[in-house]
Amino acid sequence: MKDGKIRFTLNGREVVYEDSPLRRLLDVLREDLGETGVKEGCGEGECGACSILLDGKLVNSCMVAMGTMEGKNLMTIEGLRETEQGKCIIDAFAEAGAVQCGFCIPGMVMAAQSVLQDSPHPSEQDIRKGISGNLCRCTGYDQIIQAVLTASEKGEGLW
Amino acid sequence: MPHSISTTVRRKDAVAKAAGTMEYLSDQFPVSPLHGKCYYSSIQRGLIESVSLPEVPEGYHILGADDVPGVNSLHMIIEDWPVFADKEVRYLGQIIFLIVGPEKDVILDIHRKIRVNYKEIPPCTTLEDSIALKGGVQHGEDNVFTRYDIHHGQVDPPFESAHRILEKEYYTGHQEHVYMEPQSLFAHWEDDSFILHASAQCPFYIRKSLVNALGMEPEKIRIIQTPTGGAFGGKEHFPDVLAGPLAVAVYKVKKPIKLVLDRKEDMAYSIKRHPSAIHIKTALDKEGKILAHDIDIRLDGGAYSSCSAVVLARAVFTVGNVYNIKNIRIAGRAFCTNKPPSDAFRGFGAPQAIFAMESHMNYLAYELGQDPLAFRQPYLMKQGDPTTTDGKIHEKVMLPEMTKRILEMSGYGKKYQDYKNIPYKGIGLSYFFHGSGFTGNGERDLIKARIYLKKDHNDHVYIYGSNVEMGQGISTTFCKVASKALDLPFEQVHFVEPDTEIVPDSGPTVASRSISVVGFLVQKAAEKLKKDWKSGEEQTIIQDYEAPTHMVPWDQNTLKGDAYPAYSWGVNVIEVEVDPITFEVNTKGIWGVYEMGVPIDRQIVEGQIIGGMVQALGYSYLEKLEFSDGRFRQATMSDYMIPTSMDFPSTKSAIVDNPFEYGAYGAKGAGEMVFDGAAPAFGAAVSQAVDTIIDEVPVLPETLMELTDEGR
Repeated sequence: MKDGKIRFTLNGREVVYEDSPLRRLLDVLREDLGETGVKEGCGEGECGACSILLDGKLVNSCMVAMGTMEGKNLMTIEGLRETEQGKCIIDAFAEAGAVQCGFCIPGMVMAAQSVLQDSPHPSEQDIRKGISGNLCRCTGYDQIIQAVLTASEKGEGLW
Repeated sequence: MPHSISTTVRRKDAVAKAAGTMEYLSDQFPVSPLHGKCYYSSIQRGLIESVSLPEVPEGYHILGADDVPGVNSLHMIIEDWPVFADKEVRYLGQIIFLIVGPEKDVILDIHRKIRVNYKEIPPCTTLEDSIALKGGVQHGEDNVFTRYDIHHGQVDPPFESAHRILEKEYYTGHQEHVYMEPQSLFAHWEDDSFILHASAQCPFYIRKSLVNALGMEPEKIRIIQTPTGGAFGGKEHFPDVLAGPLAVAVYKVKKPIKLVLDRKEDMAYSIKRHPSAIHIKTALDKEGKILAHDIDIRLDGGAYSSCSAVVLARAVFTVGNVYNIKNIRIAGRAFCTNKPPSDAFRGFGAPQAIFAMESHMNYLAYELGQDPLAFRQPYLMKQGDPTTTDGKIHEKVMLPEMTKRILEMSGYGKKYQDYKNIPYKGIGLSYFFHGSGFTGNGERDLIKARIYLKKDHNDHVYIYGSNVEMGQGISTTFCKVASKALDLPFEQVHFVEPDTEIVPDSGPTVASRSISVVGFLVQKAAEKLKKDWKSGEEQTIIQDYEAPTHMVPWDQNTLKGDAYPAYSWGVNVIEVEVDPITFEVNTKGIWGVYEMGVPIDRQIVEGQIIGGMVQALGYSYLEKLEFSDGRFRQATMSDYMIPTSMDFPSTKSAIVDNPFEYGAYGAKGAGEMVFDGAAPAFGAAVSQAVDTIIDEVPVLPETLMELTDEGR
């Protein structure tokens, strides 16, 4: 963190941040960087609507202080949707009807990516476990699980 | 579109929602010139004796009751809920002031310096407190917001001649909506109009609630609905409660203000599902046949009436459930207590009523030593049977076919027999129905829905109404209906996001009415447009609601007639295993068979079924909301447990078609009915597993432990 600036990579591009190290990553993403696909559902790390991949790991961005971001590699839904993997997951969610109100879904898509990264051919139980940190109040989860299974099948070789 | 209306299409909003490009209110206004923060009452009940407000810096404001330009009350069903608490407070969390300004930390500092001195009054925290008028009466003469008394047949003679009388009381608790997007509003002033963007179910309700408070013409108040991240009833009237103070602030300051509740505030102070206490007394003859029911329904309405009157009406009209009982008397009362007001929540009084009746049928069978499924069969309603309001069941009732189907799917019969001899395993079944649309004459006399269909010169058709997309798929299903009626590609039909300035009032997005009532108007308008189709020309069709002619006329004074034009029907089976050490309940299987007329999109309806079922199982088992010292003890998402993907297994469902003449392509309501049956089926399964009668939800491990220890 030389010269008080924090540098990190967001969806493949370098970002230099010069504000307070105490701000939440979620707010910086939404307010400063325009990444509004990252949603705030609870603000206390319970619901997963603000999920992102931080150095490849699924993390709630409401629980990350900017001071810890130096040198980190960050992917949000805005980045994932530009990739072949992201397109495949989004298409699978649409096909399975795994969207209702949609508010939790970008976070859920990030969780799906995390599941598939870890295990390209997940079982139903693997998926249930992998998305269990992401709450959805509409779907009852079955269609989301089907979407991840479909992505795994149709995206053969992508992960 | 040559194929069946039920054939699944890709939702119009699917890709935008999955890709994160759909913009909810906070995404549309990520940074706001001014923010709002509510100052809430810190006591349950009392009189405001004095207030001390700090000096505020330039650009900051504290708004309260004195700033309301019109009348200090929100017009919901009645006008009892003030915009700002003035002389009295009735619950911890009632809004007394709204602080607005540019910097959040300065707002918090102002918030900390506000002092309110109260004269405290003993609060009513239970139904018993309210009935006893503890602390003095708060509403009317007896703390009763609304009372309904209905009867059908003769009730006293059967009780006098009964061989046996069995009675029991059933309880259901509060439930929090936990829509994933918290309550969100953004308002500004333009020319001489107030403009509000809101995550809400009923844009015209918000407008109506503000007319007197602002003292403005309805046309000068514009409500624009933003994509709504879940609601379940929680955004039916509660946005009115936040819009009131916000509107007063914008009226005064004339600058844009954003008011978004954080989750903790939302959970602590927003409305909840009505808790209930329902007493059912039954007269039986020598053979154990039901002669009559005498039912008393008490709902905890919380501090203000809001829509308690209508929730109570649905509970009263539904408690008889799917049974034709010749003699029945039902009394219902909704009481005022000093808690955050109870209000709309998916099912709207029906889940409470159905839990009581289904649990009671199990209790009767248990006491009579009969099989609970066989015991119910003689009473199942058939076409032409009378309802508890002396209306009539008009449609063919498919319960026998549905029963057969669910028994095959779930293996209920064999499992029920087996689990008699296997401790800690159980399986339970429930029947239920749900009226489509508003009760009684509500659609005809109060709502009077209207929609527009507009065609542009490119032959694209746009649907204008006030029913909102909140996840249930209306932006897709309305388009499917119009597309089929017009024989036009789905891509050429569009749903217009409600905005009170441009859409007609087709009513609120509630009461399982959107497809069955408003969707039918879309179909009729589309049929008219097709007849009069002029390619390349702009055309507009206006379609008004017309009451079905088949109904038994409703009399609002005697509460007699058809309470609903049609019912959707369901049967659920739940299988459980109870841990003998911890008494945690592990749900092993979930099955549902439904008749909702015709599903407009099979996948969308399945989504409603699975989601509704899991939400209802949360209500049955996980979602404990305890009230003590004026507040809910489970105040955050860390300690109020809603189901995760690990809590319940996948749901197996089937749909039986039974077209309804007055619904869009035969559709009846689906969104609420799917919530109604899980709690009683779950209760029945746990009852068998631990060999006791479950009479309350949520069913908690500690309750089971106590019941078993007591050897009940």
